[in-house]
Formats: sequence, structure tokens, C-alpha cells
Amino acid sequence: MRLLDRKLLRELRHVAGQAAAIVIVLACAVATTVMSFGVLRSLDETRSQYYQRYRFADVFAAVYRVPESAAESIRRLPGVAAVETRLVADVAVRLEDVAEPISGRLISLPERGEPEANAIALRQGRSIGASDAEEVVVAENFASARGLGPGSRITVHINGRKRELAVVGVALSPEYIYTLGAGMIAPDDRRFGIFWTGRQVLEAALGARDQFNDLAVRLKQTASASDATREIEAVLAPYGAADVHGRKRQPSHAFVSAMLHQIAGVGRIVPAIFLLVAAFLAHTMLGRLVEVQRRQIGLMKALGIGDGAIGWHYLKLVLMLGAVGIAMGIAAGAILGIGLVRIYAGFFHFPFLRYQPDVASILAAGMVSILAVSAGALRGVRRAISLMPAVALASPTPAAYGQTWLDRVGRGRSSGVARMILRYLARWPLRAALTVAALSLAVALQISMLFSFDALDYIIDHYARAQVADFTLVFSSALPRAAAGEIGRWPGVVSVEGFRALPVHLRSRGRDRVVNLTGLAPTGRLQRLLDANLAPVSVPLHGLALPSKLAALLEVKEGDTVAVEPVGSRAGFELPVARIVEQYIGLGAYVSLDLLDSLPEGPRISGAYLLTDPSRRADFLRGLTNQAMLAGINERSAVLASFRGTMTRTLSIIVSFFVAFAGVAAFFIAFSSARITLAEREREFATLASLGFTVAEMRAILAGELAILVALALPLGCILGRALAWVIVQRLDTELYRVPLVISLQTVGIAALIVVGAALVSIRAVARRLQCLDLPAVLNATL
Amino acid sequence: MYSVRGLTRSYRIGPDEIHALRGVDLDLEAGELIALLGPSGSGKSTLLNLLGGLDRPDAGQIVFRGGDLARLDDRALALYRRRHVGFVFQSYNLLPSLTARENVELACDAAERPMAAADALDVVGLRSRMDQFPGQLSGGEQQRVAVARAIAKRPDILLCDEPTGAVDSRTGVQVLEVIERCNRELGALTVIVTHNTAIAAIAQRVLLLAGGNIAEAPPSSPRRNAREISW
Repeated sequence: MRLLDRKLLRELRHVAGQAAAIVIVLACAVATTVMSFGVLRSLDETRSQYYQRYRFADVFAAVYRVPESAAESIRRLPGVAAVETRLVADVAVRLEDVAEPISGRLISLPERGEPEANAIALRQGRSIGASDAEEVVVAENFASARGLGPGSRITVHINGRKRELAVVGVALSPEYIYTLGAGMIAPDDRRFGIFWTGRQVLEAALGARDQFNDLAVRLKQTASASDATREIEAVLAPYGAADVHGRKRQPSHAFVSAMLHQIAGVGRIVPAIFLLVAAFLAHTMLGRLVEVQRRQIGLMKALGIGDGAIGWHYLKLVLMLGAVGIAMGIAAGAILGIGLVRIYAGFFHFPFLRYQPDVASILAAGMVSILAVSAGALRGVRRAISLMPAVALASPTPAAYGQTWLDRVGRGRSSGVARMILRYLARWPLRAALTVAALSLAVALQISMLFSFDALDYIIDHYARAQVADFTLVFSSALPRAAAGEIGRWPGVVSVEGFRALPVHLRSRGRDRVVNLTGLAPTGRLQRLLDANLAPVSVPLHGLALPSKLAALLEVKEGDTVAVEPVGSRAGFELPVARIVEQYIGLGAYVSLDLLDSLPEGPRISGAYLLTDPSRRADFLRGLTNQAMLAGINERSAVLASFRGTMTRTLSIIVSFFVAFAGVAAFFIAFSSARITLAEREREFATLASLGFTVAEMRAILAGELAILVALALPLGCILGRALAWVIVQRLDTELYRVPLVISLQTVGIAALIVVGAALVSIRAVARRLQCLDLPAVLNATL
Repeated sequence: MYSVRGLTRSYRIGPDEIHALRGVDLDLEAGELIALLGPSGSGKSTLLNLLGGLDRPDAGQIVFRGGDLARLDDRALALYRRRHVGFVFQSYNLLPSLTARENVELACDAAERPMAAADALDVVGLRSRMDQFPGQLSGGEQQRVAVARAIAKRPDILLCDEPTGAVDSRTGVQVLEVIERCNRELGALTVIVTHNTAIAAIAQRVLLLAGGNIAEAPPSSPRRNAREISW
């Protein structure tokens, strides 16, 4: 058989373009798998190691104020391995010579020894000393963004009082791989930072001696997080309802998990599409090769070579191309994976991160790739096996054409060239259908990737319409409602609306979710509720407004009753669901501010929405520096910019890779189709040349045929793209954020342009051969 | 009509250079019926392809109506073929996806004063089968459609390369009758390439090609009609 192999290798040059297409598309499939799962594994393992090394907690609890003695009861719970009690406070931060508002979170560290849970990874300097010195360790991302390091000083407003803290170290924490502050929708390293200080410093500042308001619990390996959560909740119950939850609801962990989930999803869906395209290319290439070599097949059979050997001979060719594609894909996937891990390392905050290939996914990608091209080759192999020698050796009869329904429709109106194109397509409908299907997959892939920018625009638009206020202030403790009037007199403030936000348990039919309940002024205009069509919805006077996702999680609809229990309080109340609204980022519940006046503290506000005069922004910001009552300040434009920046950065990485890959696939599908047309109809093109057709006119025939296939593929691709986008939307639907299925005309246009562009380039590549046609040789060749 | 001077064409096949034409001189007049006779590889098809603008010479001139075909670019050569040349090949070379009539119409598209496709098919006796596809026609019928396609544009030169090579003798005679009639009725300069001496008998002039050189055969026996010959 070695001679046969040599023959096949030599003849490979006749289908070199298509062979290259199979190799490259397959390499794309393998590369996307290797890249995605390599990145997935690298991030996942790095995170696990990070968690383990720095004792990341399994269960978290936010409480109001609980005496330290309660921690002992938790330590004695059967599944609990370690308990770290902490004080956590959101604070306003001032840096020298920085006008813009900065928020921060102060977290206590034990003065002696390492924390039992949620330790910090020191990057510079030292940890806080074993005294009540007012020292602080700053999170590395904020320190880098603001140029802070050991020796720097910061001012914070804690509990209404200004304190100056000395920076002694810079650190990272497994709790803040992805850093979000209150009211933030994306990380903003310049405007929000994490700070660790001594427990005594915070106890003194908050007046919480021997008390804690935050709990990090590590569990024994065999313990169940849900059981432990229930037991801890029971221990904390006497001190008011607590927000106890596992890692699933820890913001940083949840975000990273969502990202990993997304990478895994894309890593499964996209390669599958490339594999389908590779199977299609193998199908067309081998089909053509067997047709071109039918006489040789007949001869080999006449010489006594068995059917099986001939089938294997052709299958081997495809397997060989598959092997080359897989090898290229593994190499490309590893290189891309390393690059992507580097990008993610800059985006997430890990103390260490290195690329680790995922061997299982490489093996799976290789096996599935081989199966895909083999499946694609099946028809050609079967044809080679089933050809009778006598039939194979005989001259082929002219292709049997007939009138098509298109002829009847276009009778008398279509040109000879148009009829040639249509009849050729109608003569091989399966091939045309497969080409259309493959091209539509390329369109669909583009749409399913590019739509994420539309969804992002929609989310931002939704957020911007809801959040009319250009500043949101969060107070360090709730203030009387009259505080809003006072804020209204600050320089630069045009209008003020107070709000009251508090974490609450919402319970219904055994379902329980802890969310922020925000009391809004019923006549307010600075923070609006919107429905899915971006239309404003008024704040209900006698009930809850819930985002549709939260309503679905609680399994409630308008008119149902939900139990509301504020965290830290023992008194709950019930409210009907009055409105279902839409919210794409986070989950919150809304009521009229007046409804919260009946809470034990009486009529209060915990923050305010402000509209300011842009021309007096500097005055306004200067005025804020003296307001010790503030724990957080969010500026709408900065929030939107950081959200757009973060999302665009992460989306661009993934999307640009896959859009480029899909463009390559589209080129090769179109190239393969045009190349086959040219190869099969070389004699027809030579005949046309003899009749006086110019190269441009013949190119138009090739282009016309492809144009029809592309035109059919575009609408089909849009439908498939929408379906694919829907699948992706379902995967991205988490409690952190939801992605609306919005596909803009621009996205469809870009996808169409890329595929049409790929088709045009492929026509150009194929049509070059028209100029090199050896007319005498082709025209005088015997059939 | 054609003045060919010093026409040279060679091909490289592997390490060998094959000299298909070695400085051929030739004059052809409108309305003539010429047979190019010679054994395989003598250069007759090469000469036909050069006359038809399917190929370019290495050296020499082919002057047609004052212009040298050797100097034309691809586009101009395509226009020359479109306006002035009708080809009939041994292998018919019909477009399988077009009916007999459509094949003929396609060639007429750019012609200045083409015949109606049906009339051209009438000349070759295939009017009744004009809506058939090539796959539904016999070899002889396909070759007659090819002739109809070649003449429908009323070409100045009709080039026939072994037009009977793929059909049996009886059908071949029918094809030659059609070519002869077209030459007579349309007045097109007709060149038939053949290695069959019997066929050369229908020509006014017989040109002999051997080893890349051309010579005119002396007039011998009287010219015969196609229906009078056989092989």
C-alpha cells in the first residue's frame, strides 16, 4: 500500500486549497477548545490554590452587631473548621490632591497572628502591627491605580469621623479577585479600594467593642455548606436576621465563576460549529477527489485491490489532514491560551497565575475532530468503495441537467449565464444546501459573538435611563429625612432625593433571597424603575417592585405576598408584589420610601440621589471633602465608564478571537465551494472563453453562484445566530447579571459584511486560476 | 484575410522543448474551406488555436484585418473570439446546463448580427430537439449543436478541430455536410483540422503540417462533397 500512499500524497496538490481549508478550520476548532479549556483550567486551578493557601471562607455572614461570644457557638458547630469574626465598614476615602470622590471598604484584621479565614497575600511592606496604631494595608489594584505604597497616608471618614491612616503594606485577597463596592456595577480601581486595618482601630471607630458585623467561616472538607449556613443562621437569629450565604453568593467568587462558566460555554459551542464546517469541507473535498479519480479507482479495482483497502486509502487522507489540523490547533490554542491567561491576569487580581493546558480537553478535541472529519468523509469513502470497476473506467456521461422550477418562474427573463448558475445549483442541491448551511453557521457564529456588544449597549442604556442622578451618596449610618434638605443646600446641588437601602431577606414559599431593598421617593425622578422596554414604571405605593429575575427566583408574580425581613432585625413584615420591573445588573427590590418609615428607627434615609450643576462640579466635590457622614460616593459617569470599559475589555478579547476564526471559516467555505465549481467546470469555463467570454465575465459566474449561496445563508445565519445567542444568553443568566437578547442591525450588517467580504476574497483567490486556464489543453481533452 | 508570418510556438514538457510550429508563413482568404492535414503532434491544432486567439505565438505575426493578434491582450483576444471566431471541437464542449437552443443563444449574445438560435439549429437539422439538454442528445447531435453554436454568430472564421473525431463515420459525414453548407452559405473562412485524408477531399486547399513546418499539398483529385466521402 505504500505506493498507493505515495500516489495519494502526490495527488493531494489537486485539492491543496481544500485540504488547507480542512486543516485550518479543524485547527480553529481545536485551538478554540484548547484555548478555552486551558484558560478555564488555569483560572480554576489558580483560584483553588489561592483559596486554599489564603484560607478563603466557605460561608459568609453579614450581621448588624453581634457579640464576640456568639462566635464560640459557631466554632462548636459540627461542620465548622475555623471562624474569623470581623468588622467591616464602607467608608469615604480622601487622598491628598485628589478631588474626585473615592469610596473604600475597611476590613478588620487580627492584631496578632493570621486570620483564621480570608487571609491577605502581602505584596509590599508589612501587615498591620500588633498594636492599636492607625495603620492600614491597601489592596494592590487600588494602590497601583493611585500610586500608594508603604509610607503613604490616607484619610477615611468612619462613622462620621475623620481618621488618618498610615499605609504599611500592599496586599491581595481571595475575597477580592474581582472588586466591587456598594452600588458599583463594575470594578473601578481608581474610585474604590479595599483596606485592612487592626480590629481595635475599627472597634474604636465604630464603637463596637467585642462585637462583629461580618463572619467568615471555613468548613471541614466533609461538611455541607447549606447545612452549615442553616446552623449559623440559627445561632445568629437572636441578634436579628443575618445574611448568611455560601461562596455562590460571594460577589468576587460569583463573578469569577460566571466568567468561567461563560468561557466553558463558548469553549463548547464555538468548536462544535467549526467541527461542523470541517466535516462539510471534508465531505466536499473527498467527494470531488473520488469523482476526479474515478477512473483510477476503477483501475485499482481492476488490478485486484480490494474495496476496503481503497476506502481506507481515501479515509487515511482525511485522517492525515485531521492529524495536521489537530497538531496545529493544539499549538495555536496553547499560544493563544497563554496570551489570554496573561490578559486575564491583568483583569483579575491573583498573586500568581500561569497557563496550564487541559489535557482531557485536548484529547477530547482531538478525538471529536477525527470523528467529525471522518463523518464528513464517509460519503466519499462509500462512493469509492461502491464504484463498480466497469462503471468507473467508462467515460462519464454528460451531467444530466433539466429544467428547474426557477426556469419556469424566470422564463424568458433570465440570461444564459443566470440559467447556468441556477441549474448548476439545482443539479447538486445537497452540495448547495450544505454550503448554505456551512456559510450560515459562519454568519451565526459572528452574530452570536457580536451581539454581546448590543446587549452591553442595551444594559448600559437601561442603567443610564434608570439612574438619572449623577451622584449617589451613601451615608455611614441612616439619617433623618431632613438631611436631604440640608444636602440640597450644598454647592452645586440642583436637586436631591433621599433613599433608604437595607439588606433584607425576601421569603416566599420556602424560597429565600437576601437582596437590597431600596425605598424610593414615590414622586422621585432621579432613580427610576424601568420595564423591559425601557419605559419608566412608577414606584408602587403599597407593595414591592421586583425585577423579573428575582420574581422568578422567588417564584412570585404580581399580586403574590412576600415576607420581608431586614438583616439585623427581628421584626419582619409582608408586602404584596405590586410591579415586575427589569434589572439587568444585580438584583434589588424596591418600595415606596414611606413604607419603610414604620421600621423601628422611624423615617430615615441611608443615602441620597443628587442632580448637580456640571459647571459647579469642582465646588461640589470640594464641599464633599468635609462631609464625614459619607461612606460612599458613586458618580454616574464614572460607574458607566468603568462598566463599559470592563465589559468591553473582557468581551473584546473573546469576541475578536472568535469573530476572526469565523471569518477564516467563512473564507474557506466560500473558497471550497468556488474551487469545486471551477474544478468541475473547467471545461465549461474554457468553452466560454472560446466563445469570447472575458475573465471578468467568467469570474462573475463564479461570483454569481456564490452570491446566491451567500444570499441564502445570510437570513438562515441570522435565524441560527439568534438561536445561538439565545443559548448563550441562557448560560449567562445569573443572579449577578442577565443579558438581554438584543441583536442590532449593525451586528447583522457586520456579520454579513465579514461573510460577504470572505466570499469576495475567496472568489478573487479562485478566479486567479481562470487566467491561467490552458484553453487548448482543456478544450481538446477527451472526455 | 489572414496573413501569418514567421509563426513560432514551442512548449516545454518536462526537460524537453517541443517545437510545435517553426516559422510558419500562410495566407488565408475569406470563404475558403481549408483542410489542415497532418499526423498527431504535427502542430495543426496549435496553428488552429493561434488563429482562433486561444493561444499566443512565441514569435511571428497573425495579421487579421490589419491588426496583429499576437499583440492583443487577454481582453482584446476575448473580444476577437466573441466577434469573429466560431469553434467546433472534437469533444463538442457544449455547456451541459444549457439546452441546445440556449447554448446557441449564449454564443450570439455579443454578436453584431447573429442568426436566431432556432434558425442556426435548423441549419444543422436539430430544430425539433432544440429544448433538449446535451445529456439528452447523441454524440452526433451534440456536435451538430456545436456547429450551430459556432455559425450562429455568422463568424468570419470557422475553426473545426477534428470535428468528426468523436463520432462514427456516418455521423461524421453528417457533421461535415453541415460544416460544408455553412461555409458555402455564410461565406466564412473555414479551417478543418484532421488527420483523416478522406476528409481533406472536401477542402478547396489542403495544407500539410509536419514537424512544425507547413506545406501546401498540390491539387490532385477533384474536390468532393461531404456526402461522397467515407472512411
